[in-house]
Amino acid sequence: MTELTYSQAIREALTEEMERDDRVLLFGEDVGAYGGVFKVSEGLYEKFGEKRVIDTPTSEIAIAGAAVGAAMLGARPVAEFQFIDFMASAMDQIANQAAKMRYLTGGQVALPIVFRTPAGAGGNFAAQHSQSLEAWFCHIPGLKVVMPATAADAKGLLKSAIRDADPVVFIEQKMLYSRRGEVPEENDFLIPLGSADIKRAGSDVTLVAIGGTVIRALEAASRLAETDRIEVEVIDPRSLVPLDLATIVDSVRRTSRLVIVQEAHKACSVGASLALDVLREGFGYLDAPVGFVCPPSVPVPYPSHLEEIYLPTVERIETSVRAAVAGELPSQDIMSVRDAS
Amino acid sequence: MFSGAAVVEYPSLRVWERDEWPEPDSETSLQMLERMVRIRSFDKLAVNISKSGEAPGSVHPYVGQEAIAVGVCAALGVNDFVTSTHRGHGHSIARGADPYRMFAEVLGRENGYARGKGGSMHIADPDNGNLGTNGIAGGGVPIAVGGALASWAMHSSARVGAAFFGDGAANEGSVHESMNLAAALGLPCVFVCENNLYSISVRITKAAAQPHIGARAAGYGMSGFVVDGQDCLAVYAAASRAATSARSGNGPSLIECKTYSYLGHSTFSRPRKPQEETKLWMARDPIDVHREKCLSDGVITAEDFDRMAAEVDAEINDALEAARRAEPTPVKAMLEDVFETKKTLR
Repeated sequence: MTELTYSQAIREALTEEMERDDRVLLFGEDVGAYGGVFKVSEGLYEKFGEKRVIDTPTSEIAIAGAAVGAAMLGARPVAEFQFIDFMASAMDQIANQAAKMRYLTGGQVALPIVFRTPAGAGGNFAAQHSQSLEAWFCHIPGLKVVMPATAADAKGLLKSAIRDADPVVFIEQKMLYSRRGEVPEENDFLIPLGSADIKRAGSDVTLVAIGGTVIRALEAASRLAETDRIEVEVIDPRSLVPLDLATIVDSVRRTSRLVIVQEAHKACSVGASLALDVLREGFGYLDAPVGFVCPPSVPVPYPSHLEEIYLPTVERIETSVRAAVAGELPSQDIMSVRDAS
Repeated sequence: MFSGAAVVEYPSLRVWERDEWPEPDSETSLQMLERMVRIRSFDKLAVNISKSGEAPGSVHPYVGQEAIAVGVCAALGVNDFVTSTHRGHGHSIARGADPYRMFAEVLGRENGYARGKGGSMHIADPDNGNLGTNGIAGGGVPIAVGGALASWAMHSSARVGAAFFGDGAANEGSVHESMNLAAALGLPCVFVCENNLYSISVRITKAAAQPHIGARAAGYGMSGFVVDGQDCLAVYAAASRAATSARSGNGPSLIECKTYSYLGHSTFSRPRKPQEETKLWMARDPIDVHREKCLSDGVITAEDFDRMAAEVDAEINDALEAARRAEPTPVKAMLEDVFETKKTLR
C-alpha cells in the first residue's frame, strides 16, 4: 500500500495507461503544459509530448466530438471537461453521438472513450462550476458512468474505464483532489466497473453515499456508532452505470432500512432511481420509508455560510439515519422548492 | 448563381484558370459519372418508397447535389474517411456503400447498415471510410475533426477526413468549433459545405448576413473556396487541392459548393421554392453537365451512357427487391449493440 492524494492517483492511472497503450490520448482545456487547472495532468505533457497530451481551444462541443471521431479511427481518447457543468455545451456529441454510435452502426464500432471531469460543491466556485450532474449521463443508454470517492477507487476505476470498449463518463470530486488515501501498490491495479464497495459494514441501516458524500457518510456512521450505538453500513456504489444493485439490495435485506445521500438534487436523480430499484426488488425488506439526504432544489450558492448548509451535512445524515431506525422520515430532511422562493 | 466562375478562392477572390484545375484521369472521370447516376437512381427510388409509406419515416433526397459527394470522394483515397449528413445517401454511395444494405436499412431489415435500427440518417460503413450519416445538423463535423486528430496524432496526417454539412448546419456551434480547432491544430480535414440555399424553409440570405459560407475560412486562418457544386470537376479540383494540402500537414480547408435540392428538404417537409429558381438550377443538372463533358472529351459515347444508366437502374431496382425480401430486424436485436462489453454486475 502507498499513500496518494486522489489527484495523484488519477495521474498515476493516466500515466500507467498511456505508457501501456500508445493509442491513449489526453486532450482538453489547459491539460497540456499547464497540467490542468486542478493540476491533475501535471507532468504528462512533458512525459508524453504534444501529440498525446493536447491543449484544445475553449470548445466543449469539439472536444467531445473529437473524442468520438478519434475513437472511430483507432485512438483511445481521454477527453477532459474542465468542470462537469461545461458538459452541457457538449451534450449532443455525448448523448446523441458518442452514446448511440454503436447502436446506430448496428454494432460495427465501439467507442473506447473516457470523458473525465470534476464535479461537486464546497469550493465557493458558485452555481455554474459546482454541480453534480451524473444523472444526465446515467439517463442515456450507451454511456457508462463512474464516480469514485477515494484515491484507490479513482485509480482502479480510471484504469478500467480507459480499457473499457465503451464510452465512460468518469466523474471526479474536485473537493477531494488533495485528500490522501491508501492505494494498492500492485502492478496494474484495476477495479472492474459495476462493483459497489461496502466502505463500512453495519447491521442497522444501509446508507448509500453517492460520490463525495461518502466522506461525510463515514463520519456520520462513526459518530452514530459512538453516540447512538447505531451500526450503519455505508455503501459506495462507485459505478452508477453499470450499477451493482445486488450488493445494495442484499444490504437492505440485512438492515431493513435505507438512506440515500447525494450532492445532486432529488428530482430525477441517481438516488431517486436507486430508491425505485430497491423498492421494486427489496420492498418486503423495508421497515422504514427510504431516507433521502440531498441539497435543496436551488442553484449552488456562493458564500461559504450558505454553501455549507446547501450540502448534505453530517448532522442531516445522522438525523435521517435516526429517523430510519425509528421507522420514520425526519420531520424535514429535504428542503423543497416550496420552502425556497 | 455561377456561370463560368467555377472555382473561386477566398479571401483573395481569385478565380482558378481551367488549366490549373487538378483533374481526374478518364477512368475516374467515368466512374464519377456512373456514381452520380447511381446516386440519382437510388434516391429517386428511395423517395418513392418513402412517399408510398413502404419505408417508414422520411428520406432527405440528394437529387441535384450528386456532383458534390462524387467530386469530393473521387479526390479522397481508400484510407481517408468522411462524415455525412441527414441527406447522406449520396455520400454513402460515393464511398462505395452497397445499395442493398442501404435499402435494407431504410426498410428496417436485419441486414441494414444499422441492423435496421437507425434508418436513413444512420448509415455508417466504417470499413469504407464512411463514419456515418447523422440526424443532427452539424453533428458529424466534430467527429470528422476527431478522426483527423487521430490521424495527426497517430498517422502523421496520412489519413484525411472530409466533413460534409449544409448551409443550415453551417450556423451550428459545432461547425464553428470544429473549424477553429482543426485550423488551430493544423488537422488534416476538409470541410465541405453543401449550400443548397435552404435550411428547410429558411433561405441562406435570411440565416446569415454573409451568404457565401466559403468566406468564413479566412476568419479561421484556413484556405477557402467557393465552387460551382453542379460541376463535379470543379468540386474535384478544389477537393483535390484541399486533400493534398491537408495530407502535407498544411491543415484544413473549407470548400463551399453552391447547389440546389431538386426534390426539396425531405419527404416529410417540402416547403415551396420559387418555380423560376428551381427551373434555373435544374437546367444545370450535374449529371448532364458531366455527361456533356465526357461526351465532348470522347471518353464515352451517348449509347454507352444510356446502356450504363439502364444497367445502374436495373441494379438499383434489384437491390430494392432484395431488400424487400430480407428479414425484418428481430425483436431481440432491439436490446443489442448498446455496449460492447456485455458483462455487467446485476
